[in-house]
Amino acid sequence: MALKLSDVRTDLFNDWCPGCGDFGIEASLQMALTELGIDINRVVLFSGIGCHGKIVHWTNTFGIHTLHGRTLAFAQGAKLANPELEVVALGGDGDGYGIGAGHFVHAGRRNIDMTYIVHNNGVYGLTKGQASPTQRLGEQTKSLPQPNINNGINPIILALSAGYTFIARSYAFNTRHLKETIKKAIAHKGLALVDVLQPCPTYNDIETKAWYDGEDRRDASGRAVPRVYDVNMKGHDPLVSKEMDEDQVDKKIQHVFRLSKEWGDQIPIGIFYQEIGTPTFEDRISARIPSYLQNPPAKQIPPGTTKSTVELEKLSSELTVQANNV
Amino acid sequence: MNWKIGGAQGSGVDSSARIFSRAVALAGLWVFGTREYYSNIKGLHSYFEVRVDSNPIQCKVDRTSLLASFDAETLIRHATTVEDGGGIVYNKGVTETSIEKVDTINKEVRQEIQQRLTDKGLKADISGILEESRRRGIHLYPIPYDDLVAQTGKRIGEQQLSKLTRIINVLAVSVSSALLGIDKRYIDDSIRNVFSGKQRIIDMNITGAQVAYEFVSENYHEQFPYKITPIQSKDRLFISGNEAVALGKLVGGCRMQTYYPITPASDESEFLEAHENFDVVDGKNSILVVQTEDEIAAITMAIGAALTGTRASASTSGPGFSLMVEGMGWSGINEVPVVITLYSRGGPSTGMPTRTEQGDLKFVLNASHGEFPRIVLCSGDIEECFYDTIRAFNYAEKYQLPVIHLVDKAMANTNVTVNPFDTKYISIERGKLVQEHKDQDELYRRFKITDDGISPRAFLGMSGFRFWNTGDEHDELGHINEEPENRVNMMNKRMRKLETADTDIPDREKVNFFPASKTADITIVSWGSSKGAILEAMKLLKNDSIEAEFLQVRIASPFPTELVKRQLSKAKLTVAVEQNYSGQMASLIAEKTGIIIDNKIVKYNGRPISLNELYAALKNTFEKPEENRRVVLTSGA
Repeated sequence: MALKLSDVRTDLFNDWCPGCGDFGIEASLQMALTELGIDINRVVLFSGIGCHGKIVHWTNTFGIHTLHGRTLAFAQGAKLANPELEVVALGGDGDGYGIGAGHFVHAGRRNIDMTYIVHNNGVYGLTKGQASPTQRLGEQTKSLPQPNINNGINPIILALSAGYTFIARSYAFNTRHLKETIKKAIAHKGLALVDVLQPCPTYNDIETKAWYDGEDRRDASGRAVPRVYDVNMKGHDPLVSKEMDEDQVDKKIQHVFRLSKEWGDQIPIGIFYQEIGTPTFEDRISARIPSYLQNPPAKQIPPGTTKSTVELEKLSSELTVQANNV
Repeated sequence: MNWKIGGAQGSGVDSSARIFSRAVALAGLWVFGTREYYSNIKGLHSYFEVRVDSNPIQCKVDRTSLLASFDAETLIRHATTVEDGGGIVYNKGVTETSIEKVDTINKEVRQEIQQRLTDKGLKADISGILEESRRRGIHLYPIPYDDLVAQTGKRIGEQQLSKLTRIINVLAVSVSSALLGIDKRYIDDSIRNVFSGKQRIIDMNITGAQVAYEFVSENYHEQFPYKITPIQSKDRLFISGNEAVALGKLVGGCRMQTYYPITPASDESEFLEAHENFDVVDGKNSILVVQTEDEIAAITMAIGAALTGTRASASTSGPGFSLMVEGMGWSGINEVPVVITLYSRGGPSTGMPTRTEQGDLKFVLNASHGEFPRIVLCSGDIEECFYDTIRAFNYAEKYQLPVIHLVDKAMANTNVTVNPFDTKYISIERGKLVQEHKDQDELYRRFKITDDGISPRAFLGMSGFRFWNTGDEHDELGHINEEPENRVNMMNKRMRKLETADTDIPDREKVNFFPASKTADITIVSWGSSKGAILEAMKLLKNDSIEAEFLQVRIASPFPTELVKRQLSKAKLTVAVEQNYSGQMASLIAEKTGIIIDNKIVKYNGRPISLNELYAALKNTFEKPEENRRVVLTSGA
């Protein structure tokens, strides 16, 4: 039975600010889930703390609204315990690149088969507009008493150096692009990052929807010239495969690095980088624990009250001191 | 008999102590072995004490019968602990080493020792230490280790003697066991076990042991007063607290463990990882051990796993637990069963990472902001470590809450002989789960309000049972809800689970009570690893006609208020024995029962309680309670 969009939504009142980029992300994610036709009983969304966190309550899948910065750790725990789940973690830019930055890096090292979507709007919305880790040095969004004194981080390059095998960026109000990107991220075998540029209509008065759409710059016919453009449409091929030699991979990475630094008049979105064939954490576990995928941690202990079936004597044989029969 | 071996960290003291202990256990005796070491990889001093008896033993003692050594530092630090008439095995080559030169000993301590020797008219070097011991009637056994190593090399055809330096440990062990009259076959068997799979090292060490045994029989005809006589025994385990907890986890159905490296907890996780594939009656099971980036990830990953229906735990020590508290609060409000094994060590901050302490009781009871139910179990010995681990998972799932299993460094790193664990009466109880079938139109209420506070639980991925969790206060479905009435209902529901647990859990799992044979003169209250020394001290007190009874608290939350009241309200003199500064259990008892414990015996120098000091302190307390309201124990090197 094909899913309808209404199947994946709850009927709760949505309290995001009017014009929030979160609406674009929510719609894109729900459309992606609908179009992929995954059994929604298998889908688990995890979110962190911040405006984005409530997205799981608006969505009719399993929804786990976790702690500030910890969404990836919760999500990885669930996915490793039950690899049959389709796990999508959502985070904010303060949540995921600030307080949760450690988990961001180490999740890359594992390359677990799941998706991570970051709502990136340059500010801490829910605490009234402080600068987030992605806000650029010297910028002064509406509620900052002084211009931002920190450099902004580059999530694309951070993800690349950490080992993410799928790295994409999209824009919250380009829902067609975002939906397709999320679908590809979910289909990717390995850890996929989708960094989503998103206006905050309340606190980010610099990177506004009008700014992203290029309302301030018009072509000859008077049409706005959007700042975001699709790198893949412009010929960027993100694929890195095992067949490529070191030189080819280096060139690709250099190009990704250059693209990731473009900002201002030209902002690239799309899939920057995708590795094919890199073993996932689940593959690496299976090499050590052959029964892992068939009998993962979540499936081993039956419900109800049972006796332990562990062969304790065998297990503790190296600790056993044989009887002395003097 | 109490045997001690010391040496530089990283020189193999650990394996030599295991070889000795297993050999003695193979001879049918009971063993209690404690390990003391610095937070250091190579060079600083570490030592093992192995107490041996023909009857079961439960704690360490202060005096050493035979000290085995191969360096100067061990003699400087431990010669004075050897009892009159005991023995010292030492390296002939270190006799001339001056105290001044052993710079791994604190300068002030060195000066004190030099002064002590000078005052006695002795040289301020090892010969002075040895002479001081000789005057006390201690038997001295100088060993030419270099010659014995060379002989061993010759027999096995190894020219490069540098490859053999590590067998010096086994030579010290073998000389000791030859003096104690232990049959060499026990040592050989033990070497095979400890170096299992490394044939070359086994051959080398067994040959070394032979050389050492021959040396003793040729040179020391006079009888060493202590002998170890083999006795009949049944199969036993020789096991540490870390290993007992690990076995408890596997038997108890734990299938995912997360950890960040920390002393003294990591050995447990490493044991689990080394045994990640194991046999069950109908095939294979496995445990997934994940080393995380920090303890925040450890606890939250374990919670994520628990949401899928996996029995999951995180293992840590105080500093790591400090990082886990926010995550634990999340599991509290979302009613996720998760087990945290906490190996307590000297705090605060880094404190004394390799030393023991019971300083975290009040912390674990109150950790994390806000109020939520939690269960706190306190194991008193290594067998309890095993059984309590299994209970921890049962409680976590039955009452859907975080369970903290509080153990300590003293148990983690103590190796003892115990009877094999009996799993006959052990069940895995998963608590209230949803029924497989339900009306498709009916919404699943994960946090349904019930009389006992427990709502039937579903796992992530269960068809038709989609639910939501949030760290915010929530409604029955799990959606954010800050309405005052809902808040009160949800708080009441969650806290009610603790009352349910308190009603369900049998008394014997809450406290152990060890009665006196007549009316007790003194009522001891304690918890955790102080148990062993208390039980043995009670026997000594009985010889002095002092009747003692002992209440061991095994569960700190929900607190067994009525049981504790019942036992303490009629006591003549109550004494709390604890390894912390303030007497945390005594203060918890006061809070819960209104009973003020009369006297306290506390210890916080990082070393476990010895029988000798506790017996003396209890006796003094009984004889002059007013003068001994707070006794501080200080033994240990």
